[in-house]
Amino acid sequence: MKRFVSWFLGALSALALLGAPALAQQPLKIGFGMSLTGPLAGNGKAALIAMEIWREDVNARGGILGRKVEFTYYDDQTNPSTVPSIYNKLLDVDKVDLVVSGYGTNVIAPAMPVMMQRNMAFMGLFGLNVNSKFNYDRYFQIMPSGPDPAIGWTQGYFDTAMALNPKPTTIALVGADAEYPALALAGAREQVKKTGLKVVYDKSYPPNTVDYSPIIRAIQATNPDLVYVASYPPDSAGLIRAANEVGLKTRMFGGGMVGPQFAALKTQLGPLLNGIVNYESWAPDVSEKFPSVEPFLQKYQARAAKEGVDPLGFYLPPFAYAMMEVLEQAIKGVGSLDQAKIADYIHKNEFNTYVGKVKFGANGEWAQPRMLAVQYKGISGNDVEQWKKPGHVTVLAPAAYKTGNVAAPYHENRK
Amino acid sequence: MDFPTALVLNAIIAGLLLGGLYAAMSVGVSISFGMLDVVNIAHPGFIILGSYIAYIVNARLGFDPIAVGIVVSPLFFALGMALYRVYYLCFERRGQESLRGLAFFFGILFITEVALILVFGVDYRMVSAAYQDTTMRLGPVDFPMRLVVPFLVAMAMVIGVEIFLTRTFFGRAVLAVAQDSLALRLMGVDTLRVKEFAFALSIATAGMAGVLLVVIQPVQPAIGREYIGLVFAVCVLGGMGSIRGTLVGALILGLAESFTATFAGPSWAPAVSFGILLGTLAFKPSGLFGR
Repeated sequence: MKRFVSWFLGALSALALLGAPALAQQPLKIGFGMSLTGPLAGNGKAALIAMEIWREDVNARGGILGRKVEFTYYDDQTNPSTVPSIYNKLLDVDKVDLVVSGYGTNVIAPAMPVMMQRNMAFMGLFGLNVNSKFNYDRYFQIMPSGPDPAIGWTQGYFDTAMALNPKPTTIALVGADAEYPALALAGAREQVKKTGLKVVYDKSYPPNTVDYSPIIRAIQATNPDLVYVASYPPDSAGLIRAANEVGLKTRMFGGGMVGPQFAALKTQLGPLLNGIVNYESWAPDVSEKFPSVEPFLQKYQARAAKEGVDPLGFYLPPFAYAMMEVLEQAIKGVGSLDQAKIADYIHKNEFNTYVGKVKFGANGEWAQPRMLAVQYKGISGNDVEQWKKPGHVTVLAPAAYKTGNVAAPYHENRK
Repeated sequence: MDFPTALVLNAIIAGLLLGGLYAAMSVGVSISFGMLDVVNIAHPGFIILGSYIAYIVNARLGFDPIAVGIVVSPLFFALGMALYRVYYLCFERRGQESLRGLAFFFGILFITEVALILVFGVDYRMVSAAYQDTTMRLGPVDFPMRLVVPFLVAMAMVIGVEIFLTRTFFGRAVLAVAQDSLALRLMGVDTLRVKEFAFALSIATAGMAGVLLVVIQPVQPAIGREYIGLVFAVCVLGGMGSIRGTLVGALILGLAESFTATFAGPSWAPAVSFGILLGTLAFKPSGLFGR
């Protein structure tokens, strides 16, 4: 009997020894939904390329916790209603070890209840003020809009506007009927209260609007000093064209337009962007402040050209890569996949990433805002190459990155 | 509410220009759905296909998008003929056109979208034309050429279709098929050929409407879905199968959208448009020009 027991234990130990490396080599699966079709697919695909570059880099370094990293992802079609089922499938059927978000507020918000139910640490990719209602302590946002995103997102625009001489007194607010524009406009309204501006127009429009000239004319009829816009790419293009056609007269126009950050609209609109004040996360004009972004962009741009995705990649891809870097450093720091410990680690530590040092505040947003308020200037023609050189994107705020002053009024600097 | 003259005049012009585009997008549905009873839910997919063809030729060769639209219309016509032949053989002939036919056209819509994504990617695309950034001003009224040129082409196309259907022998045959297909068959007419031609015409108008759309705004492969409701609403408002009704319905919706956006708030525009549709159907269930 003793001989049998020792033989049995020996066999068990041998199996365990054989099994251990096999277990260690099981891939570490990261799951997410991403907009690969639908209105925001251009941005989603650009983010996916950046995340794939990170996956290849990290696997070349030996993976995480000795395990190769694999992605499991599904197309959320830029449709918020698909998101909860995607994350439930990732966690229940695909059995992923970690999850991160897809691109944008509209698809991050519907994933939040699932994350909270499962107690997952959740890195978000460019969602605006998503955690304000959820207050989930394991949510983190890589978009640098600061600890109070509603305010931080619009801070650069309003700081620039209120420094104009003479001070502006009236403002028009306009945005699409969607999650992000609604949140951005809520932030703008907070700023309006703080600055004492008078709101002369505050309306939203349906996302499938074709002609924006009636909206611009209605705004012009109120004669505002400032026009703050929160829009998605097709409406940004429509509003900019309409402002040009109608001959909108105002001192500052723009603010929260999604679209001009990407090569597609940069090249389509070309000189029509001149004079617009908007936001960017990176520009060649401040490349020396973020030295690691350019080497990343070289890698990204080579891939993007082949895949027919945003050939510049200034806005989103570096941050998509950085989001994965934060996760990687947190797992390595914790030494396990314990979600509570990962979240705790991210809260307590600062991370060195391609976009610079990242520190998160209590609500999971960046501890300090760093979104750049910019003005487009001197753009001629529709050539994409001009955007790769400094000189067309003047950084107005924050002060640490400022490269020039705003040129106002808008109508004198247009075209 | 204040109604300054300049704002009212501009709202009228903007509404008419927008209505012209809506008419171009809907006239094909009026033929296929209104006259032939073919629920071509893929119509917006062909509109976007037209946009992309104009885009690629414009981007590569620099040709004017409208000229491209005129040149490729026969290709869309041929595509429409082939598509109707498949639809007829697989569904209509077997009497399975109602639900399965609808599923077929849904499938065509998705295939078109995915094919465009695979070929062109998912970015927004727009054409460039010399007149796009030009605005003509007559007193206080603006005429942006980005909208005026598509409007003129749309009017020419819709009026052309109306003249063809009412003044030519083949056009009248299409109307006759719409009225009583069985009677025509009993008289020895090849109704399949007539319907095939009419459906092909509807697809050709979709291609042209796509060209007009991409002159006005950037498009991406899935944007067609957003217009499904609109094109069918215009068709029903105008009266099933009435081209004149489609034109008037489209102009009414364009004006409603423009006036609402200017004076009440753009987010009310869909509610006002569909309110007009519901109100019209309540008093005249066959639509404005329906029989």
